[in-house]
Amino acid sequence: MSALVIDNLHVVFGAFRALDALSLAVDSGEVRAVIGPNGAGKTTLLDAITGITRPRSGRILLGDTYDLTACSEAEIARAGVRRKFQKPSVFPALTVRENLAIGCGPECPARTRPARLASTLSETGLEARADTLAGALAHGEKQWLEIGMVLASEPRLILLDEPVAGLSDAETASTADLIGALRRPDRAILVIEHDMAFVEAVADRVTVLHEGRTLFEGSMTGARADARVIEVFLGR
Amino acid sequence: MSGALDRPHRAPLRRIGPTLGRDPLLTGLIALIAATALGLLALQPAPYLINMVGQLAAFAILAVSLDLVWGYLGILSLGHGLFFAIGGYVCAMHLLAHGYALTGVAPDLMQFMGWKSLPAYWTGLTSAPYALALALALAAGVAFLFGLASFRSRVNGVYFSIISQALVYVAMLLMFRNDTGLGGNNGMTGFALLFGWPMGAPGVVTGLAVTTLGVLAGVLVGARALVASPVGRRMLACRDDEARLRTLGYGTTRLKLGIWCLSAMIAALAGVLYVPQVGIINPRILSPDLSIEIAVWVAIGGMGRLGGAVIGAVAVNALKFWLSAAMPEAWPFILSGLVLVVVLGLPNGLLDLAALRWTPTWLRRGGPLA
Ligand SMILES: Nc1ncnc2c1ncn2[C@@H]1O[C@H](COP(=O)(O)OP(=O)(O)OP(=O)(O)O)[C@@H](O)[C@H]1O
Ligand SMILES: [Mg+2]
Repeated sequence: MSALVIDNLHVVFGAFRALDALSLAVDSGEVRAVIGPNGAGKTTLLDAITGITRPRSGRILLGDTYDLTACSEAEIARAGVRRKFQKPSVFPALTVRENLAIGCGPECPARTRPARLASTLSETGLEARADTLAGALAHGEKQWLEIGMVLASEPRLILLDEPVAGLSDAETASTADLIGALRRPDRAILVIEHDMAFVEAVADRVTVLHEGRTLFEGSMTGARADARVIEVFLGR
Repeated sequence: MSGALDRPHRAPLRRIGPTLGRDPLLTGLIALIAATALGLLALQPAPYLINMVGQLAAFAILAVSLDLVWGYLGILSLGHGLFFAIGGYVCAMHLLAHGYALTGVAPDLMQFMGWKSLPAYWTGLTSAPYALALALALAAGVAFLFGLASFRSRVNGVYFSIISQALVYVAMLLMFRNDTGLGGNNGMTGFALLFGWPMGAPGVVTGLAVTTLGVLAGVLVGARALVASPVGRRMLACRDDEARLRTLGYGTTRLKLGIWCLSAMIAALAGVLYVPQVGIINPRILSPDLSIEIAVWVAIGGMGRLGGAVIGAVAVNALKFWLSAAMPEAWPFILSGLVLVVVLGLPNGLLDLAALRWTPTWLRRGGPLA
């Protein structure tokens, strides 16, 4: 069963085609990496899925049937889609715990919230920082807090835009472990990353994007061997 | 637009002290307000002084209403005078209708307008509870329509501020017209009675001031409860990154609209309390300068801390009361000077002074020998 279906999606900015007839299907239980050179349209794809950018045409389906294309950002989030942004986007004036409480979402029952907060704090290793203002966290801690805000609502589709950018090797390795632990049969994870070793460690399959189009789809080993991928991206 | 989300955050906003939850400054301020009210009742100072305290308290309520939307939600209204005026005008109508009903003496407004009796839209305004309800409902209604149109089409930031300023300006032009039916240029004055009591009686003056102080304390307690609640955290989140909050499943239009209408109602309440104390209302209450000044009070006191709004409103207006007697022409320059000092030196307003522990640089570095 597909968790996410992108069907012939076009996103244009003026005369520029940021996404050009893009089609993509991610299965439930899968971790999919989307890679590609700068400006390929990776972030734009997430903007379209989360309702921030309206596509010119095409459809975005959640779980084969639920059409997200015309939904508002909040409706898409409530349907179970959460995203970590490329630039860490946490609420600086709130504490770590308050950020995570907002991450639980408006529909989280008050009874289950304390347990969710506790488990998210331990998953992200931020227990000791629970009462720190998010604005005062180090870069790596912000990245993890934002991943925590994504997890707290137990989403069925997780979108991660460069989760290990600016992290140390040790932090990158533990982020890879965390993503491995997030795998569930009823959940799909889509990761955008430039760090190929990280992609190899976490992803089942990769999609290579170039100028808004799919250049390649398959295993990371396959991507490394593909002549066009080498030419526009990996070979440089 | 990814632009809005990918831009770097503002410098982490300092939460000076525990703004949500316990706030010693605010607790102290509420105690001070209570003490002032008791002082007025016990000491019975000169009526003009009591009256001034009452007016300052009304301005403080107005400032708190703006701080709720500006400091906590990031919506800078430069048109809050509109809601203040709605409260003020409805209250003035009530006072005239009430005085006319009890004394039978036609207010100047009726002669000026050439009316034999009060027109239909004054019906019911002899009743104080109805007038209060009408003032709040009108303010909420106008705020709702304006907010809905703006927030749904995602008019934000400086665009919203400019439109809000335009709105108050249009309202002023409308009220300057005699055929709007609310006194035009002259406005309304000559209020004779309040709840059947002669307006200038010492008990009435004290009663008004003490009531206004009480309402101010109540508004502060309520506003503190609001900002300390989960809704308050969402307000701060919305202020700092509205797009992010939406992608976490929260419909921010409803949040903004709700708080915006609440703020308008508090501003109207301030107007209701202000007009009987100042004894007159005219379209100048809708002048853009007043609406900008409200923002200046909040900025000077320190935005995003309810106590700051009170301190700013009281400090600036006390200075204004004093100066407008001593040297009225200097006021605009002094106000501009204050704004410059705050903008350049005290980003959190006067509250920065309280938090300041000034140590000379050479001492902080451990002295010249270190
Ligand atoms: N709001 C916008 N208006 C105009 N052009 C845009 C907008 N957003 C993105 N673009 C353009 O679309 C293209 C794709 O951008 P996108 O951010 O999706 O790239 P990316 O693959 O995420 O790159 P990177 O790896 O650098 O993050 C870029 O050329 C970018 O300049
Ligand atoms: Mg990107």
